[in-house]
Amino acid sequence: MDQAVDILFTASFWVAAIRIASPLIFATMGELICERAGVLNLGIEGIMTVGAFAGWFTVYSGGDLWAGVLVAALAGAAFGLLHGFLTVPLGLSQHVVGIGVTLLATSLTYFTYRLVLPEVTSPPKIEPFQPLPIPGLSQIPIVGEALFAQTPLTYLAFVTVALVAWVLYRTPAGLALRAAGENPSAVEAQGISVTAVRMTAVCAGSALMAIGGAFLTMSAFNSFFFETVNGRGWICIALVVFGSWRPGKALVGAILFAAFDAYQIRLQQISGGVVPYQMFLMLPYVLSILALVLVARRATYPKALMIPYQKGER
Amino acid sequence: MSSAARRVGALMSSTAGSTPPGQPPLAIGHPPLEGEGSRAPVLRLTDITKRFGPLVANDQISFELARGETVALLGENGAGKTTLMNILFGHYVADEGTVEAFGRPLPPGDPRAALDAGIGMVHQHFTLADNMTVLENITLGTQSLRSLRSDRRAARERIRALSSDFGLAVEPDATVASLSVGERQRVEILKALYRDAKILILDEPTAVLTPAETDALFRTLKTLAANGLSIIFISHKLAEVLAVSDRVVVLRGGRVAGERRTAEISRGELAALMVGYDLAPSPVKAIRTGPPALILENVAVRPRSGMGFADLSLTLRSGEITGLAGVSGNGQAALAALIAGMERPTAGDIVVRSERIRDWGPRRALGAGVGRIPEDRHAVGTIGDMSVTENVIAERYRSGRFSRHGFMRWGAARDFAEEIIRDYDVKCPSPEARIRLLSGGNMQKLILGRALDGEPAIILANQPTRGLDVGAVAYVHGRLVAARDRGAAVLLISEDLDEIQTLADRIVVMSKGRLSAPSARGERTVAQLGELMAGHGLEAA
Repeated sequence: MDQAVDILFTASFWVAAIRIASPLIFATMGELICERAGVLNLGIEGIMTVGAFAGWFTVYSGGDLWAGVLVAALAGAAFGLLHGFLTVPLGLSQHVVGIGVTLLATSLTYFTYRLVLPEVTSPPKIEPFQPLPIPGLSQIPIVGEALFAQTPLTYLAFVTVALVAWVLYRTPAGLALRAAGENPSAVEAQGISVTAVRMTAVCAGSALMAIGGAFLTMSAFNSFFFETVNGRGWICIALVVFGSWRPGKALVGAILFAAFDAYQIRLQQISGGVVPYQMFLMLPYVLSILALVLVARRATYPKALMIPYQKGER
Repeated sequence: MSSAARRVGALMSSTAGSTPPGQPPLAIGHPPLEGEGSRAPVLRLTDITKRFGPLVANDQISFELARGETVALLGENGAGKTTLMNILFGHYVADEGTVEAFGRPLPPGDPRAALDAGIGMVHQHFTLADNMTVLENITLGTQSLRSLRSDRRAARERIRALSSDFGLAVEPDATVASLSVGERQRVEILKALYRDAKILILDEPTAVLTPAETDALFRTLKTLAANGLSIIFISHKLAEVLAVSDRVVVLRGGRVAGERRTAEISRGELAALMVGYDLAPSPVKAIRTGPPALILENVAVRPRSGMGFADLSLTLRSGEITGLAGVSGNGQAALAALIAGMERPTAGDIVVRSERIRDWGPRRALGAGVGRIPEDRHAVGTIGDMSVTENVIAERYRSGRFSRHGFMRWGAARDFAEEIIRDYDVKCPSPEARIRLLSGGNMQKLILGRALDGEPAIILANQPTRGLDVGAVAYVHGRLVAARDRGAAVLLISEDLDEIQTLADRIVVMSKGRLSAPSARGERTVAQLGELMAGHGLEAA
């Protein structure tokens, strides 16, 4: 039992937690932007897969690491454009389109992987992002190691949260975006195009999701394999709800979930095979559901979420 | 746009000086009404025509608006008022005709251009985002979307200044969801003023307001007009039009039926102009009261929300209209739900034609011959996305007439729908049309047809004329009186004391879940009824 508590005071546990949280933070912010504008993006799982592959493959083909991030973002935005086109101007069901985009993006990625690497049996490796300790700050015990001895992409994740919060709450464009998710006719009545606002939000959000995927193959691991994303996209959908559609709370949710995940891995090691490991694998998800029940029941969701907007219709 | 025309607040004097330069001479070919010669038209609509398929919603409509003038656009539902305003505001593109604001043609179909020209619109259904603050709602779209920051402090001060100048009290940092309907409307007006609107269009602004809020709105409009704003006030309520406007433009069937100075026209003339014929005075007939059709004996209802009641007794007699007066929220909803079968009594008895009824419920109520006209025709009365046919048989689809051996008889259902459409003069494209697309008056006629078909012995009419125009109101009243004359027991629940006094043969007042003793037609004065509505003297009753 003591061992189980001791884990919480090791630096390696918190380092792992922040590392696991990073891709979730990117993708959660991406989903949050989409939903705040009124579009549920269930393409997230597939878009993360696309990002994971596009980023990794750019580097594998000799590109720079940051070029990989950029390519991933562009690939994500392209699928965002597809999702946006189907759900915003055409006003199709966001659920159905999202699932379709996920299936399409995932399959297309696997297909492309097989096309470009036909003879590979074990996934080839790249030189991923290396930890970049920030002088001074990284010397602080536990906190410093956890937060300031990570890879640049993790730092970027935290910067993204601040950026998203600032855009949403401090700029006229953020105001228009939130209003598009609350009452699109209010946006139209002010002479702003709801379609433009929502399309932009979906593209930008999808780009962030793809960067989240790229984190997995370029920072957390160093190769692309099938099932890389492994349901993380769906977790992010839940994290947006958990965070009541607020960037700060969603960040806390992402770290919390990642901490549970890091914790269960360590619990498996000390339990010595008494408890089946599947029980531990289950733990973060069970706790997520509990947290959702407790936190998200009172959440006020964007009122126009999932409602297509057609000009002139009431 | 000249800077002189941009200023709103400081336009008190010198009307001639505010004309933007480069404008054509005013009012040529459009002789102004007498005494208006010195006023510059800020808005001119010329021969606007708009067709929706075979329907001509606007037919060659022309009128103009002077600075500081309040023009009422009066017409029944479907007369083309809202279509016209949507054209003006750029939501629709007119098939023919032009709109000029301050002497310059307004490009069609561009809300932004209308906004930039100084036209502000307060829609009937507010366009506010509930979960955002007043400030956010007002500043939405007023700054460049590429701007990296927004100056909240300056915006807040400006809103405060506008609020106090025009008596539009509202807290900038409050969330819209926490505001009353009246406050939300103020936010809508502030939105327009914040954008320097010089022409304010209000579409049925009083439909959702309490009388006190309406008075406050009228005071605000007078202040705005005195400050040089031009106002278009769209309404179908004669009293309000007479109270607030300088001039009235009456629309009927998509055309301008007449244009009058408000000071020179009577209410009766205006009504005749609006509906196209003289409204017959409400039929009041000597009554032949029959036996009790429905008796509630010491019933109690505890609804899940809203006010309930205990130990309430009421008798509805055949051939009589019983009017239930009172301010809404005093238990009328629970009483209506009980009679409609939507609530069960927790105590007491329901007696229908001297038979005590056990396990009261919706099907029992229908079986007992209760025809139901619900208070909210959108939420309860109809299923918006289903067809007219499906809606008219909703209460009786299980009867042998409309289904047999578990299969629908759509032919019979469609015949029935067509019968109601014909008999009740419902304007709708076909029995297959979604009922959501019908106007309020036509929807109510369908509900009336559904409720009155089969000559029910008991009719529950809960706010049957709310939100309807004069013509439709007269129609509904006529139908209810006709039902009474053939021997039905009618319970009319209304907040409109005029309506109760016109129609009801017997009046009871409900307040805080209690009923007053009944009074015959004309027995109590308005003041006495008002006292009862306020809850005075009910304990003694």
